[in-house]
Amino acid sequence: MIVTTKKDFEEIEDALKSYNNIILIYCGTCSVTAQCSDEKSVNEMLEHLKNAGKNVVYHQEFKEPCDFRQDLQDWRNVPQEALDKVDAFLILSCGAGLQGMLDLFDRKNIVKPIFIGLNTHGIAETERIGRFHVKCAGCGDCLLNYTGGICPVTSCAKGLMNGPCGGQLDGKCEVGNYEKDCGWILIYERLKKIGRLDLFVQLRPAFNWADRGHQKSVVFR
Amino acid sequence: MAEKKVYSKLGEMLAKGEFILTGELEPEKTCDLSHTIQEAKEMAPYVVAANVTDSPLGIVTINSLAASHIIQKEANIEVIWQLTVRDVNKLGIAGMIMGGHALGLRNILSLTGDHPNMGDMPESKPVFDLDSATLCMLVREMVDKGTINGYEIESPPKFHVGAAANPNSNPMEAEALKIGRKVEAGCEFIQTQVAYDLDKTIEFLTEIKKYNVPVLLGIFPMKSYAMAKGFDTFVPGVDVPKDILAKWKSIKNDYKTDKAKQKEIYDQANYEFFKPFITELKNKDLLGGVHCMAVHYPRIFPKLIEVIKG
Repeated sequence: MIVTTKKDFEEIEDALKSYNNIILIYCGTCSVTAQCSDEKSVNEMLEHLKNAGKNVVYHQEFKEPCDFRQDLQDWRNVPQEALDKVDAFLILSCGAGLQGMLDLFDRKNIVKPIFIGLNTHGIAETERIGRFHVKCAGCGDCLLNYTGGICPVTSCAKGLMNGPCGGQLDGKCEVGNYEKDCGWILIYERLKKIGRLDLFVQLRPAFNWADRGHQKSVVFR
Repeated sequence: MAEKKVYSKLGEMLAKGEFILTGELEPEKTCDLSHTIQEAKEMAPYVVAANVTDSPLGIVTINSLAASHIIQKEANIEVIWQLTVRDVNKLGIAGMIMGGHALGLRNILSLTGDHPNMGDMPESKPVFDLDSATLCMLVREMVDKGTINGYEIESPPKFHVGAAANPNSNPMEAEALKIGRKVEAGCEFIQTQVAYDLDKTIEFLTEIKKYNVPVLLGIFPMKSYAMAKGFDTFVPGVDVPKDILAKWKSIKNDYKTDKAKQKEIYDQANYEFFKPFITELKNKDLLGGVHCMAVHYPRIFPKLIEVIKG
């Protein structure tokens, strides 16, 4: 899932300061699991907006704001009278969710601003509700076959290709005062356990950034 | 096998298999290098070369490329330019390597570098485009092939490149195997983290002997009790032996009124500790030399020469 956390309301209030009539949209998928757009969080946001003197003219869940096809369907439920009144939109979703909505706005000729109420942290494993661990950086060139299935990009604070560095102490990382595991010691231990230290001794080239970076789309058809 | 190319005094000594003493200089958060130059001048007669650090602990200091050049020129000492991959991407580092050559530098110590999060600018972007092994690869490509990414360099740089190792590392096997990767990447010498535990050091050096790379053991002669205590407390993973701390404490207390004598006793105590330590490793044929990291303690070098020559 994509893990999100709530922004401080002060930051949201500042973004909305020039706008009175608000439509609140919330993700029905990952952000619900992250407890950022579940019923309680939505009610809490409605209360915050009311206390800040905002007029919420309409609010609705969009099942997956990051899915343009789904957005086209969900948009049908948004009443015209709310659209006539709205000054700005606020969305509780990940960054991809908001930007999915922007494409929808272009399609629907909506020229109102949209603001985000959450911070996005990454592609995560859910240990339990309230404990999420970012595991994948979405590099586009997965190294897990060489590292015993543990990602050096997300598990090493430096994202090294040839670790561990001198900053590990008894398997703990210098970043964060030796409280977190060193990703490269985890990789070493995992490879040792499965009898594949031959992979650990392999010298890996620097990551190839040529195909990485901004405005990436995956288009295969 | 083709004869090894030599670009510096360090490279020459390594090629000859001579026992080497290197020192360390730590420029600080200042644009005035006069104190470091003075220290370098005092150290120069005794060392083959001296490392110039690159913002250790992620604390911003004067840039190590500029400092290396100025120190080498002003103090008439050969420099080992410490170059971390923390702050500059591959493209930038390739440019710096050419710049370093143009400024007269011929030795690089390839380091990962402490994470910015540790230092005084924690909000800074951690780059780590390369790592210490891939930096060795880049240097070797530029020097040996005269190319960058296959593109020809009109007048290529000439450098020897070394890397670091930690004999105190746990698990030791992971660290030892990493040395194998660094050597495969083209690293020509190793300078280690400070070691005080002889048995552990022997075990580690024996383990990495198969890589056939000269190892300069990191030592930290302690100028005073405060220095010993500070090192023990603040350097993660390195424990100064309890009996050493006790001895240094007694020197501090016994010679309070006679500072000149106190200095002499401290120097002698360092000699007495490091002499058998180094001798044993040397006798076991595990060392290519010694790297002394005792910054701001240049007066120890005449004694160290006695240590390593014995």
